[in-house]
Amino acid sequence: MSGEMAIAAALILPLLICAGIWLAGRVPDLREGVTLLGAAALFVVAIIIAGHVSAGSPAELSLGEAVPGLEFAFKAEPLGALFALVASGLWIVNSFYSIGYMRGNRERNQTRFYMCFAIALFGAMGVAMSANLFTLFVFYEILTLSTYPLVAHKGDANAQRGARIYLMTLLGTSIGFLLVAIIWTGALAGSLDFVPGGLLQQAEGLTPLVASALLLLFAFGVGKAALMPFHFWLPNAMVAPTPVSALLHAVAVVKAGVFTILKVAIYIFGEEILNATASREFILAVACFTIIVASLIAITKDNLKARLAYSTVAQLAYVTCGAMLADPAGFMGGSLQIAAHAVGKITLFMCAGAIYVATGLTNISDMKGLGKRMPLVFIAFFLASLSIIGIPPLAGDWPKYELMQGAADADLDYVPIVLIVSSLLNIAYLLPIPILALMPPPGTPEPAPYKRPGGAPVLTVAAPCFTALLCVLMFFTVGPISEFLEPATGERIPAAYMTEGNP
Amino acid sequence: MIESISSLVPADIAAHAPALLVVAPMLLAPIAAFMPNGRLAWILSILATGVSLVMAMVLLTQVRSVDGGGVLSYAMGGWAPDAGIEFRIDSLNSMVLLLVSTIGFLAAVFSWPSVVAEVRDAKRAMFYAAYLVCFTGLCGVASTGDAFNLFVFLEISSIATYVLVALGATRDRRALPAAANYLLMGTIGASFFVVGVGFLYAATGTLNMAELAIRLQDMQGNKAVLAGYAFIFVGLGIKAAMFPLHQWLPNAYAYSPSFVTMFLAATATKVAIYALVRFLFTVFGLEFAFEGSTLIWILMPMGIAAMIACSFQAVFQTDVRRTLAYSSVAQVGYMLLGISIGTTLGVSAGMFHLVNHALIKGTLFMALAGMVLSYQGTTLNDLKGLGRSAPWTMTAFAIGAVSLIGVPLTAGFQSKFALVNALFEHGWWWAVAVVMFSSLLAVVYMGRILEAVFFRAPSNPNKRRKEAPLLILIPLWILAIANIWVGVQGGFVAGLAEDAAGSLFIGDVS
Repeated sequence: MSGEMAIAAALILPLLICAGIWLAGRVPDLREGVTLLGAAALFVVAIIIAGHVSAGSPAELSLGEAVPGLEFAFKAEPLGALFALVASGLWIVNSFYSIGYMRGNRERNQTRFYMCFAIALFGAMGVAMSANLFTLFVFYEILTLSTYPLVAHKGDANAQRGARIYLMTLLGTSIGFLLVAIIWTGALAGSLDFVPGGLLQQAEGLTPLVASALLLLFAFGVGKAALMPFHFWLPNAMVAPTPVSALLHAVAVVKAGVFTILKVAIYIFGEEILNATASREFILAVACFTIIVASLIAITKDNLKARLAYSTVAQLAYVTCGAMLADPAGFMGGSLQIAAHAVGKITLFMCAGAIYVATGLTNISDMKGLGKRMPLVFIAFFLASLSIIGIPPLAGDWPKYELMQGAADADLDYVPIVLIVSSLLNIAYLLPIPILALMPPPGTPEPAPYKRPGGAPVLTVAAPCFTALLCVLMFFTVGPISEFLEPATGERIPAAYMTEGNP
Repeated sequence: MIESISSLVPADIAAHAPALLVVAPMLLAPIAAFMPNGRLAWILSILATGVSLVMAMVLLTQVRSVDGGGVLSYAMGGWAPDAGIEFRIDSLNSMVLLLVSTIGFLAAVFSWPSVVAEVRDAKRAMFYAAYLVCFTGLCGVASTGDAFNLFVFLEISSIATYVLVALGATRDRRALPAAANYLLMGTIGASFFVVGVGFLYAATGTLNMAELAIRLQDMQGNKAVLAGYAFIFVGLGIKAAMFPLHQWLPNAYAYSPSFVTMFLAATATKVAIYALVRFLFTVFGLEFAFEGSTLIWILMPMGIAAMIACSFQAVFQTDVRRTLAYSSVAQVGYMLLGISIGTTLGVSAGMFHLVNHALIKGTLFMALAGMVLSYQGTTLNDLKGLGRSAPWTMTAFAIGAVSLIGVPLTAGFQSKFALVNALFEHGWWWAVAVVMFSSLLAVVYMGRILEAVFFRAPSNPNKRRKEAPLLILIPLWILAIANIWVGVQGGFVAGLAEDAAGSLFIGDVS
């Protein structure tokens, strides 16, 4: 399949799946079959695109101009290909999980649910493949709008409130700041394309002040990156059914946000201009602040999904932090974090959902001793926690390593300290959950009996176990992944102690 | 498509297109009035607006056949200009004419079910006659090249509009004070305008707009010209619902028959803005002493005030029609802001938004008209749960709503993008912030409506609710798809707006 066709397929497939789901809406088994087959096909397409990217052959597609100067153009590059791979691959796992969860919970409006999911993947694919800021913005908004019904799925007052906050924050920041930044970039540089080395290098009259203002608009305009103070939509969006939280708020939506930040850092600003931009350090500090504060808030939350949400806020700031370090190792750390955190966090969310389907429990304090009844779920939870914390041999170790490397290259002493403190905080808020569940202290009362006869559906247990294994697997495959990403992030500076043998 | 349709028109007829466009509805109007029943009058009005639509297409083709946009001059009755009345069509007119006649035609097609529901049988024929007169007036304003003739057409359309608005009394008695209010404000506006034209005539001795433009160049400091300028500006400002002269608009939109609201919202203020632009740029021109300060100290602040104040007012309305009416005033603010930039880029963004806003409000009000048919009342409460009982109508409404907000892939996005781009080019960074803030308010007030429509349970499930009839759905979806089309393939409309701005003799701005 040629690169052009593969990109077209990646965009058309989700829409076809959506139509198929609608047509098969009355026959649930057929409907889910469409989702699964389509997701698998999409994953294959994503692999083909990644193949083209690693072979260095260009994969581009243009769908013409909306008005002169605003082109719908797509181009595969390493970062986007990785994001597409992660999103489509985890969609398969998540679809299996959704089937178990949605049926186990007897949720209503399942056809609408699966259709919106497919459209959201359409948005994610478009964001991943976009060749310019305009296309990216269009698909960014499609992603926002298509996930709104998913967040509001339950339909009660609470869900509506959460969904409204979700929509208003994401639309508000994107229209209020991101769009302004995009048009401003266009007015300065005369183009909106992602250019290796940085589009703004072509811009005439780019003063440091303007660059600073632009970077601030971008960083806070991408509300999906959940940088404080625009993080509050994420905990509020946790009213959604767990599969939504798992795929969209650990993988597609939030990762589309930090992916945008990375793209802007690498392809719009470029290392050189970014380094010369004063507000970069401010945003870096905000990201570090977000990491620490969100972790601290996570400790105080007893609701499992709320705790995971704040953990996500903190972990997303890693990517922003990597982008703002503005050196190859930082970019690499940010990119790896997109994949590693996705696999880890989706596992945690799916475990939370499995527990909820089986027992109806949402509070951590009620889960003591539950591990005896659901050992697999909590073991998966344990592994994923270790990965988030960053302990080898789990995937989450590598991004932290690269980020520390990046911080050292940039001579920023406080960033490694922040990362270490963050890891300690991760231990404090994640590990007690599986440990207390698997090894309750003596005298713990028996946990409440299963709400659903038979406990968690098999699919809701198998899916997190699979992704937990992926966490382990990714630790060992980081070599090829970083080689794949290197053309985008740039070659890392070999550390002095590696080449010369002395510090 | 436009080219192929206009190529079907015989050359003899095409040569008289400027006249036919206005004369066809004007002659058919009295015939419609004498029709024995409303249905025949309805068919006549479709016919008349259809002829105008084809003529508008012919004009557009003729203007565009010349590189960079030609100018057609048509001497009414064969009397050469200055003595006779000249119809003068350039890129700007032809765009506005195409817009007005397209909307007029679609409105005429869709009107029947709505008129049956809201206007008494005996009055229907007269109603359509008034509609055609109003349509004639608007087309006349947009095609004439004579300042006094423009006043006449303005009055023709206004007087017909008062009648149309007052006919809403069958549905809601508050239409009568609304019409009276509109009559008063409209008359003041028209009088101001004609006084201004009088001053210009006294100073220059001509009423022909092209000739005026030439003679005014040498009369920079003339007090009579300055007074005329002020009168014309305020007069047209009232007609265009320029903040704070917009008080007539919300009530007129809220209480007139649904069909009238739809037609007026999409055309009336647009034509007045056209006239304003015509006088500001063609007749007076940027070299005119007052012009620069008018743009910066009046047009721009008023535009911005409208964008903020009226968006806020829109947020606090419970009647959806009033929300949309206040939003219209706010959107007029966008156009005025674009015009006030005074560059080709800015005016073209303003014109682009003018067309797009007509498409947007046309869609929204047409969907509301369809909804009112099966269920009286347009408060937020009445709209709850309609997404389920009337999915086609309400999906079209939703398309209009997201277009109004300015979501990508819709017409509204394209013109806001163009406007912001023009603002950046001109260095008005702070105005960008206002545009964005106003867009956020649009998210709030349209979001509230969409939420009620799609995510709330019906407040009274026993009431019969159903889809709008096909006669409404088809024009409605044509407009809705036009919104998407401009959003995805906006080159055609953007090109029209660009040519229109280019035809205004805008020089370099200091």
